[in-house]
Order: sequence, then C-alpha cells, then structure tokens
Amino acid sequence: MNGKPFVNKGLEAGLLLAVFASATAQSKLDSIQQINEVTVTARRHREIIAPQRLAGEQLKALSSFSVADAIRYFSGIQIKDYGGIGGLKTVDVRSMGTNHTGVFYDGIRLGNAQNGQIDLGKFSLDNIEEISLYNGQKSEIFQPAKDFGSAGSIYLRTRRPQFAPEETTHVQTFFRTGSFDLVNPSVLWEQKINDRVAASFNAEFIHSSGKYPFRYRKVLHEGTVAWDTTAVRHNGDIHSLRLEGGLNGVGTQGRWQAKVYFYDSEKGIPGAIVNNVWKRSQRQWDRNFFAQGGFRQQFSERYDLLVNAKYANDRMRYLNPDTTLMYLDNRFRQQEVYVSAAGKYAVLPNVDVSLSADYQWNTLDASLRDFVYPRRHTALVATATAFEWQGLKAQASLLATFVFENVTRIRHDPGESLPGGQTGTPDNKQEYTPAVFLSWQPFGTANTLSPLQVRAFYKRIFRMPTFNDLYYTDAGNIALHPEYTSQYNLGVHYEKPLGEGLVNHISFRTDAYYNEVTNKIIAVPKGNGQYRWMMMNIGYVEIRGIDLSGQVGWLLPGKIQVHTSLSYTFQQAQDFSDPTDNDPKAGGYGGQIAYIPWHNGSAIVNAMHDTWDLNYSFIYVGERYHNSSNIRENYERPWYTHDLTIGKTFRHRKLKCRLAAEVNNLFNQYYDVVQNYPMPGRNYKLILKIEI
Amino acid sequence: MREGWKMSVLSALFAVSFFSCRDDTEIFAPEEETVAPPEEPADIRGFYLLNEGNMGSNKSTLDYYDCETGIYHRNIYAEANPSVPKELGDVGNDIEIYGSKLYAVINCSNKVEVMEAASAKRLGQVDIPNCRYIRFHQGYAYVTSYAGPVELNPNYEQRGYVARVDTATFQVLDRCLVGFQPDELEIVGNKLYVANSGGYMFPNYESTVSVIDLPSFTETKRIEVARNLHRLCADRHGNLWVTSRGDYYTQPSRLYCVDTQSDALVDSLDVAVSNFYLDGDSLYLYSVEWSYISMSNVTTYGIVDVARGEIVSRNFITDGTDRKIKIPYGILVHPYTKEIYVTDAGNYVSPGTLYCFDPNGRQKWSVRTGDIPAHFVLVATPAGASRK
Repeated sequence: MNGKPFVNKGLEAGLLLAVFASATAQSKLDSIQQINEVTVTARRHREIIAPQRLAGEQLKALSSFSVADAIRYFSGIQIKDYGGIGGLKTVDVRSMGTNHTGVFYDGIRLGNAQNGQIDLGKFSLDNIEEISLYNGQKSEIFQPAKDFGSAGSIYLRTRRPQFAPEETTHVQTFFRTGSFDLVNPSVLWEQKINDRVAASFNAEFIHSSGKYPFRYRKVLHEGTVAWDTTAVRHNGDIHSLRLEGGLNGVGTQGRWQAKVYFYDSEKGIPGAIVNNVWKRSQRQWDRNFFAQGGFRQQFSERYDLLVNAKYANDRMRYLNPDTTLMYLDNRFRQQEVYVSAAGKYAVLPNVDVSLSADYQWNTLDASLRDFVYPRRHTALVATATAFEWQGLKAQASLLATFVFENVTRIRHDPGESLPGGQTGTPDNKQEYTPAVFLSWQPFGTANTLSPLQVRAFYKRIFRMPTFNDLYYTDAGNIALHPEYTSQYNLGVHYEKPLGEGLVNHISFRTDAYYNEVTNKIIAVPKGNGQYRWMMMNIGYVEIRGIDLSGQVGWLLPGKIQVHTSLSYTFQQAQDFSDPTDNDPKAGGYGGQIAYIPWHNGSAIVNAMHDTWDLNYSFIYVGERYHNSSNIRENYERPWYTHDLTIGKTFRHRKLKCRLAAEVNNLFNQYYDVVQNYPMPGRNYKLILKIEI
Repeated sequence: MREGWKMSVLSALFAVSFFSCRDDTEIFAPEEETVAPPEEPADIRGFYLLNEGNMGSNKSTLDYYDCETGIYHRNIYAEANPSVPKELGDVGNDIEIYGSKLYAVINCSNKVEVMEAASAKRLGQVDIPNCRYIRFHQGYAYVTSYAGPVELNPNYEQRGYVARVDTATFQVLDRCLVGFQPDELEIVGNKLYVANSGGYMFPNYESTVSVIDLPSFTETKRIEVARNLHRLCADRHGNLWVTSRGDYYTQPSRLYCVDTQSDALVDSLDVAVSNFYLDGDSLYLYSVEWSYISMSNVTTYGIVDVARGEIVSRNFITDGTDRKIKIPYGILVHPYTKEIYVTDAGNYVSPGTLYCFDPNGRQKWSVRTGDIPAHFVLVATPAGASRK
C-alpha cells in the first residue's frame, strides 16, 4: 500500500518544489534542527494576541479522533456534529456561522467554494502537531492576504520532521480499533535527505461500520416512561484513505516546504431519525487532492518575503438511491489555484509594514440541470503595519478584495430562458475591510514584561456567497451580496511560569465581545410548498459573549506532572432578522439563534507519571433551541460527556511503544448535537503506537 | 501516580455530581388558548389542523380547535398517544375524516396515521412510501404515492400510484399506476381523478389528470390539462377544478375546469392558485408565487363562482391582515358561519399562525400553531361526516 503512492507523490512534490526551491538554492548550509523554529525572522511583532492552542503532549493525550473532537475544548466555539466517525463536523467561531471560519492547513487556507464548509471530522490528529484558534485573525502582519480574510481562523500544523544527531529515519505507526467496528492503521515515515532537507510521508486508512446503539425516550409528567426506544445507527459507515507527502527544507535565512495531500472516502450519510424512518441509504464519495508549497526568506535585516502556492481538485458524488424520496445522483468537481506573495519591511526599529497580494481561481462543475459552471477570480491585497513601544503593541491592516465571476448559461429548452434574477452574471465585487489589534502589558519595564496583558481588537470582514448560495438550481440567488461580520473584543491574558513549586505554570485569559452579522444569507420559502427555497441577504444577528479559559500546570510530589485546563463560554446570540416575527412567546425576533447554547464549557485533567499517562476530559453544552423561536417544541437539552484515556509507554526491543485505552462518553449519555441526529453513547478505543 | 488518580477521580466525581441530574424529556402536554367566546353546540364541533413541520424535523403536529368552547388546543397528538416513539412524524401532507376515523398522511414518515376522530387516539398506520393525499369511497381509502416502480429507460423514472386501502384492516389491497408524482385526488361517481405533477422530472413535468375507473381500479384515460398539476376539487355541477403549479419559468400557475361527464378540459381561468377551498359555489383561493422582479413572494387571494366560472372577488380579506400574512398555506371555510380560516406558514421553521376572519373578511382572532400549519379537516357532530 505504501511504496508506490509514495514514489508518485514524492515525484509530484518534487516537481512543485523545483519552482520554490530555486530561490533558496544559494543559501548556506544550516542545521536541520532549526526546522522546528516557527520563524527565522525577528519574533518581535508576532501574534500580539496569542491564540488558544493545543499542542504537544496535551494534544496527544486527548481522546480525540479528529481535529473536530480536539477543537471542542476551546472556548468560544461550537461544533455542529451529525454523529459518528464519518458524520459531518463543522466549527462555528463565536456564533458567526461556520462559513466565517477559515481553516488553514500548514499555513494555506482550505477552500470549499461550493458550500463554504470544511468538514473537520475529515482531518485526523495523526500527524497534527498543533491546533490554534485565533479570533479575528492571526495578529501577525507578515502573512498572506487571505489570512486577513476570515472572522475566525483555525490553524492546523502538521508534524515537521526532527532528527537527533546521527538519526536519519523515523517511522511511527498507529493502530486504533474499538467501537463502531473501527479499524484504523496509519504510518508516518520521516526521512532525513541531507542536512537541509527532510521528507515525510503519512498514510492512514479508516474503516468503520459506524454502527452504534442510540436511545430516545420520553416520560410522562409524573415521571413514568412514556416510550423508550433503543435502535442501532445505520448507514454511518466510512472507508477512507489519506496519503500525505511533504518536504521541508531550511536555508540560512529561510525555509521552505511543499506537500501533496490525497483523501479518498466513501461513506453513508446516516440522516435524520424520524417517526417510522430509522435507517437511510444516502451515500457520499469524496476525493480531495491538493499540492501546496511555500518559502519564506529573510533577505536583509529589514526585508522578509513569504511566497505560497496551491492547487486543489475536489470531487464529490452524492447519491440518493432511496425510492421513497426523489432520486439524486449528483457529481461535483471543484478546482482551486492559489498564489500568494507577502513582504515585510522594517521601517524603523519598532515599526514594520507589510504588503501581501494573493490571487485565487475557483471553478465548480456539477451534474445539475441548468448549472452555470461558475468561475471565480479573487484578488486580495492586504497592507498592514505593526508598531511597538514598550509594553504597547499595535497592528492595523486593511484588506482589499476583488471578485470577478463568470458563468455559462445553458438553456434547457430552445426559446426558453431562465427568469429574471437568475440570468446574467453576478456583479463584480470590491470590498475593503479593516482590522485593528492592540495589546498592552501595563506593569512591565523595558526588560521584563509583566505577565498581564490587556488586549483589544476590532475587525470587519465578510464572506462571499458560496457557489451553492448563488447558483444551486432554483434556490441560488445571483443577486446576493457578501455577508458581513463586525467584531469588537476586549480582554486580558495573564501568563506566568512559576518555576519549581507545586504550581509551576499558570495562565488565564478572558475576553468579552460583541459581534454583528449583517446581510446574513438565509434560505426563505419561495412560493408555496416546502420544496422550493431562495437564498436572501436578510439575516441580522447580534452576539454578546464572554470567553474564559485557564490553565494550571502542577508538579505533584512523586514527580507527577499534572496539567489542568478549564474553559467556559457565555453567548447571547440574538436573531434580529425579522421585526414582524415578534410574538411575545414564540417570536423569533430577539430569540437565541439555532444551536447556540447560552453556556458551554470544558475541563481537562492530564496527569503523567513516569511511563503512565492519564487524561480525563469533560465537555458541557448547555440548553439550546434549534430555532430562534425559543419555545418548548424547539428546545434541545444540555448534554455533557466524560472521556477517559489511560496510556503507558514501554520499550519492546528497539521499539518505542505506547498502548492506550479510551472510554468516551463514560456515563453513556444519549444526546443529539443536531436535532434527530443521535450521537454515540459509551464507546471504547484501543490505540497502539510504535516508533522506530 | 496515586495523587494524579485521586485528582482525576475527584474532578470526575465533582463534575458528575454537578451535572448528572439531567432532566428527562417530558412528552408535550397540549397548550390551550381561549381565542373566542363559547358558542351554542352546532353541527360542526370544530376542526383539526395538521402542521407539516419542516422536512427532517419530525415536527408534524396536530392542533384542534373546539368551536363550542372557543379553545384552541395546540400539539395534542403526544398526549393522546404518549407511547408512540417519535410522535406523529415528519411532514404531514393531508388530513381527512372518514366514518369515525381520522387519517393523517405523513409524507416523509411514509405512513398514513389512523386515529379516532373524536380523540385523536392512534388506531394504527398504513405504510405507504412517499404518500401524498387521501380520499374515501365505499369503505376504501385511496392514497396517492410518488413511490411506484423504478424504470431505467435510460433515465431513472419512478411512476406514481394510487393505493386502495381497506379502512377496516388498514391493509393496502391494490395499487393502480398513474403518472409521475401524483398529488391530489378526487372521487366523482365511480371515477377517481388524480392530478399528476411530475415534480421530480423538472423540466419535463407531467401535464395530465389520470382517470381511474373505480370498479375495475384501472386507469382509463389521461386528460391533458397543463404542466405540473397539483390540486383537484369537484363541485356540485359536475365540474372538476384543477390547479397547475406551472413550471416556475414561463408558465404560471392557473386554474382549469374539467367536465366530468365528457372528461374533457372545458375552461381555464387566468388566476394563480396554490390552494383552494370550495364552499357551496364559492371557491376560495389564494396563491403565493415568487417574483424575480421584486425578489419576494407575491400573494393573491380571490373567490371564483364555480357555477358561473368567473372570478367574483379579488380578495376575501378586507381589513389589511393579508399584508401581515407571509405565506398563506392552508384554507378552510366554515359551512354554516362562513368564517374563513387562513394559516400563515411564516418562514417555515418557526411556528405559524392561524387567522379567523368573519364572512366580511375582518379578522376575528388569530392563534399560534405548529410549524407550517397546512391542512384542515372539519369535525361534525356526531363525528361522522367528512368535510366534503
């Protein structure tokens, strides 16, 4: 399974690399050890607002299967989870909607121009080294223009090879099995090619029947059981293969990387459980490919350059073979080409300016009747400046976005044209969106910065209507405008390493924020009958929230290292879309929007002693409604799960091994994240990791 | 190590004790609202209103309005049938009373729910995939279904059918194939008429009414009417009124008249119809059509005199309430008081509203319903006669 694809992917990567590597070819020899330096350039203006981050041992110890499972522990986010291993999992940052969340894989944004959703369930934690969540944007000015372009950003960083002296090869294999008939082997192979270049290859296979028992029950008012039904979730099977190959290199004053990614899956779509329908038969096939690469180089004390490029090709097939519904067999193919260059110049010792320019091309082909085959050209230009004076840091950026779109009209009958509003091409769009970030460490001196940081930001950004919003047969609306968000944030961050005491590290952060989503794109009924909808810019949402999180590192007697972390989010996300929907009891006007709990939180306790590790994690999602009309019929109960992992590392001859056992949803709570999509109860996993 | 364990166990216990008393979900008790003063007992006791609920939400619910008490009972099914898992089901599409039984066609639950007309207590169900509308004749129920046999020639095509159901045993006895995606049906004498829509066949919609001879239960004729037919209603003059949805492109929705003696199309009226209700010779109708010019739904109301075949009124709501109604979705006229009931489905995902108008078109009261209030059936005293 591994040999041949590796060679092919390696070749492709090599070809791509040739382009990027030439610029660094002259650089002097340097140690490969420096690869793990995040940046070679001055660190001065990096991230004036630090992200929420999961990395290293803490990330490894979490009983998480996918990136979506791990992200749940951050404050200020909601995961929409349709259940099971193959179920769609999307993330919504601060209630602004999943389409406003940018997900970046090794520094380049993952795209989905068709529906704007990135399924985080697809990304395994196998080779992910770090997950960071930034509200607004990464507060760093030296980045591609696209990184300025989303309301919330998640950065996934894959593992970069690191070698001890005399070491040239790493092999790491995982095998996971357990509930849902899971069989999940993977292999990661890292090879030092020379002192400057390292290669890595990763393959993962997932097979799961996706079967799990679920239970719905209701009681009478006096408490006796009215009905109680247990059934098995069907059609949640997944069979997927992921292959990744990458090259990482360093020069004297720069580094470069290139990677190819291939994902192929077939899965069932388990669907809603409704009266008399306990099983569905819809299927989905995905095949995603991308190749990306980039380099950054410091050309002088003052000037840095960052160049990135990507090509992506995504195919999706959706089949509804259910004869009790309309037959559908739709195929979609998206392509994306992306190039970006960013430069940073140090004007004064404490003032930097940057300029980034990106170009992106997106297409969508679909086997839909009357489809218009959109082609979108997006040019993004961002200019930013960063300033630092004693404890004060400030950044300001302005992003200009230009969108040009073409469509091809096909008439379905000679002489018949589409009705007005679905003809022609969409208007070109020009948007200018600013962001300002400030941080202040008030009690510091020139040499020792205080552990307390006060920070604030303002950001205005938008998301483009997706191709589905604009062109999906009948429901698409070519006249759509972008959907805007404005964010205002004020917070404090306290972080202090305390040395060798009982408590050796403490950090705490809290932010209060107010967000507005305007021109929100929502589906409205079109004519009479449920089967026709129209996308319209008529939504307006106001979000007021508080995020809290804290971490404490402990060193208990007997060399027990304990890491505890807590997070809590309060959100009031009100729908002010329709002033006429104002029934005092049932009106949606002013109601909490769908699926946003007022309260949610998480807790993690991670203990390590010698070769043993223990991780306990807890998630709480408070009461919610599945509609802005906050009435009992739309009520969704709180849910909370407890997960426990115990692991032991040991040596078997020359092999470094870790065996871990997980129990998830320890107390077997049956719950829905999304109405009528039951989640798994208690489930188990056994994980064996072998390193050579 | 031991300390670590202790910490974890303590935290876990703390969390459990703090959060473990999760309330059970109670079945919904009906909500009652007095909307009108009590009235003397009359021939009509009240009516049921079936709320469709948005597809996949499993929120089809049943409401009951009691004319005698003036009390509106919202969401009564769960209390009447507390032991039914997942309640009434997903997307209610039609409701009728025949004899002492109440039949609710639950489209996406692939069943016809049979209940006692007096109490809404469940008696059983008839499994019919993708079922749409129901009518009755001589002890049988006739139900249209989209889900007939699949043909690949070369395109995927699925014929619809009419199921004949024994109302005593709830068994499907026979099926008669008709056109593609058959919607409403109507019985005149020994003939059953079915409006074929072809709704899954865009842009090649169906355009015919199927005529089924009931004694032999075979399709005997197709009457060419217009694209994408939807509703049927027979009047007392031997005419069948047929609505078309149009193709949403060039052909608008219209109203057609078929003579049931000759089974021929005899008239058409230039009026768009989404839904109608026949009371005497007055066909109350409304329409909701999307306008690409205003980028909004345009609603119209009207009354057609079926004896003369003429539009006699362009609005039966006279006090301006029509401007508040976003999507009219269901209609009923009280046969004696001539009060007009119109539902508003709003945005389809929030609760709807039921409006009651006096015969002059002035609002008497309104009440909150379930999601997508849609289908009415009158309950006579004693529970026995259907609305027709």
